[in-house]
Amino acid sequence: MTQLALVIDLNVCVGCQACVTSCKEWNTSGAAGFLSDDNPYGADPTGTFFNRVQTFEVGEYPNTQTVHFPKSCLHCEDPPCVPVCPTGASYKRAEDGIVLVDYDKCIGCKYCAWACPYGVREVDEHQKVMKKCTLCVDRIYDQQLAPSDRKPACVMACPTNARLFGDIHDPASEVSQAIRENAGYQLMPEWGTHPANHYLPRRKQELKIHDDALERVDNPLKIDGKLPRPGVREPALDDVTTW
Amino acid sequence: MRPAFSVILLTTLIGVGQGLFLALFSVQVLTRIGMLAAPAAPGFYPVASAIALAFLAAGLVASFFHLGRPERAWRAAAMWRTSWLSREVIVLPAFMACVFLYALGHHLGWPSQPLFAGIDATLAIGAIGTALCLLLFLCTGMVYACLKFLPEWHTPLTVVNYLAFGCASGLMLAAAYAALVEPKLVRFLAAWAAGFTAVALFTRVASLIRNGRLRPRSTLQTAIGVKHPRIVQSSQGFMGGSFNTREFFHGRPGAFLRAVKWSFLVAVFPVPVALLGAGALAASPALVAAAFLVQYAGLLGERWFFFAQATHPQNLYYQRVA
Repeated sequence: MTQLALVIDLNVCVGCQACVTSCKEWNTSGAAGFLSDDNPYGADPTGTFFNRVQTFEVGEYPNTQTVHFPKSCLHCEDPPCVPVCPTGASYKRAEDGIVLVDYDKCIGCKYCAWACPYGVREVDEHQKVMKKCTLCVDRIYDQQLAPSDRKPACVMACPTNARLFGDIHDPASEVSQAIRENAGYQLMPEWGTHPANHYLPRRKQELKIHDDALERVDNPLKIDGKLPRPGVREPALDDVTTW
Repeated sequence: MRPAFSVILLTTLIGVGQGLFLALFSVQVLTRIGMLAAPAAPGFYPVASAIALAFLAAGLVASFFHLGRPERAWRAAAMWRTSWLSREVIVLPAFMACVFLYALGHHLGWPSQPLFAGIDATLAIGAIGTALCLLLFLCTGMVYACLKFLPEWHTPLTVVNYLAFGCASGLMLAAAYAALVEPKLVRFLAAWAAGFTAVALFTRVASLIRNGRLRPRSTLQTAIGVKHPRIVQSSQGFMGGSFNTREFFHGRPGAFLRAVKWSFLVAVFPVPVALLGAGALAASPALVAAAFLVQYAGLLGERWFFFAQATHPQNLYYQRVA
């Protein structure tokens, strides 16, 4: 079974909000209608977003780290928001595991938001229906786009490549490999929701210096003296062809 | 959670309607088996059933104000296999239909024509109505009790409290109604109203004690997956409010919550029972009606507190406007 998901690398995210604006731009322009904003330049701006980038400070000064934390629907493999929906507007697609809301069936009772521990469902105050990340379902299957562009808008926008997109059930996929090799984890595992989206932790960046990088390859006998000057017509060992 | 007034009205109003219907049907059954004298007032059952129906209808109307798209409310009956809310949406109108038939049957004098073995049509309808009524209490309670993320609600006590409060307030209204039209029933109904109020006191205090001891299962550490004892949010990602900051925060200080708690504990339990006792002894409809009104007002506070006390794990993500 396919389970599409995002893998977000907290080690790389710089909190630039590009994914937030890109998400908003794509999803407010689609066939499903706008994502409403109120008082965008007023005292109390508010609006519906699928994706938010939050910032946390970890540790105590001076030993602190600033963690930027992008958050959108995690497309849980056992989504608690789906069974509580009285109309069937919230559903999980069997073919790719995306959790979606049918905006034409939603009655705006907000019960699904109560049943989501992650706070990623937001009511659209003008259309009066529940909205959430669609994993850009109107983009990732679009045959009009070049194959390299068939990715969620947030992934396309990320300047540091902190967002990966793919099938976490395919062990050979880029996302599965990233989860496997970088200790990818799920949010709030205690609830048993099995979020499909994974996060890669902050990790220490180590520069691996191999011995041959310290030692001149063209000096195998550790003769540090000046090498004899090659003939004018001969190429040097480091391929500087001539003197 | 932010208390939703539509839902507070829905749950308290239908509770009164359900309790009143159960009181009426109990009186009819006890009359039939000879443990009570039959009410002599003309129209005792039809009028009381109509009052119960009015409360249920008022609750149903209130519930529509909770919906963003009330014109699509009919769709909510679709997912009864998985959703307690959907089940409630089905059972409430079914129960209302039963109460309507019950009132109609009594109005048209169906009790005089036994269907079989001494059971007449209104008894049969009443029995079905009682089953639906109890089912409705279960559905209403489970709408909240099934949400595991809200530990304050995720307990069988939620269902028990809805049942006990509904029965208590409905019996209070039944006693007030009897005080007006059938004074010899007042003491019987008042005793049961006081009894159910005592049961409700016991179960609600039990849930208050339980909720006071809860420890949140999710922490900021599990919320963002960083295993460090000190994590502080410095930005929730936006400068203003959002649905998540409005729907899940009641925004009142702890002192206000404590005041509401003690107010409802006083208004729901001791005051109505005292008024009820005085009203039953003095045969004063005004006092018994006051008992019902005070308890209903207290129940509004109780339901407000029920919502406000519940803390949603999503709040971990929305702590700092910046």
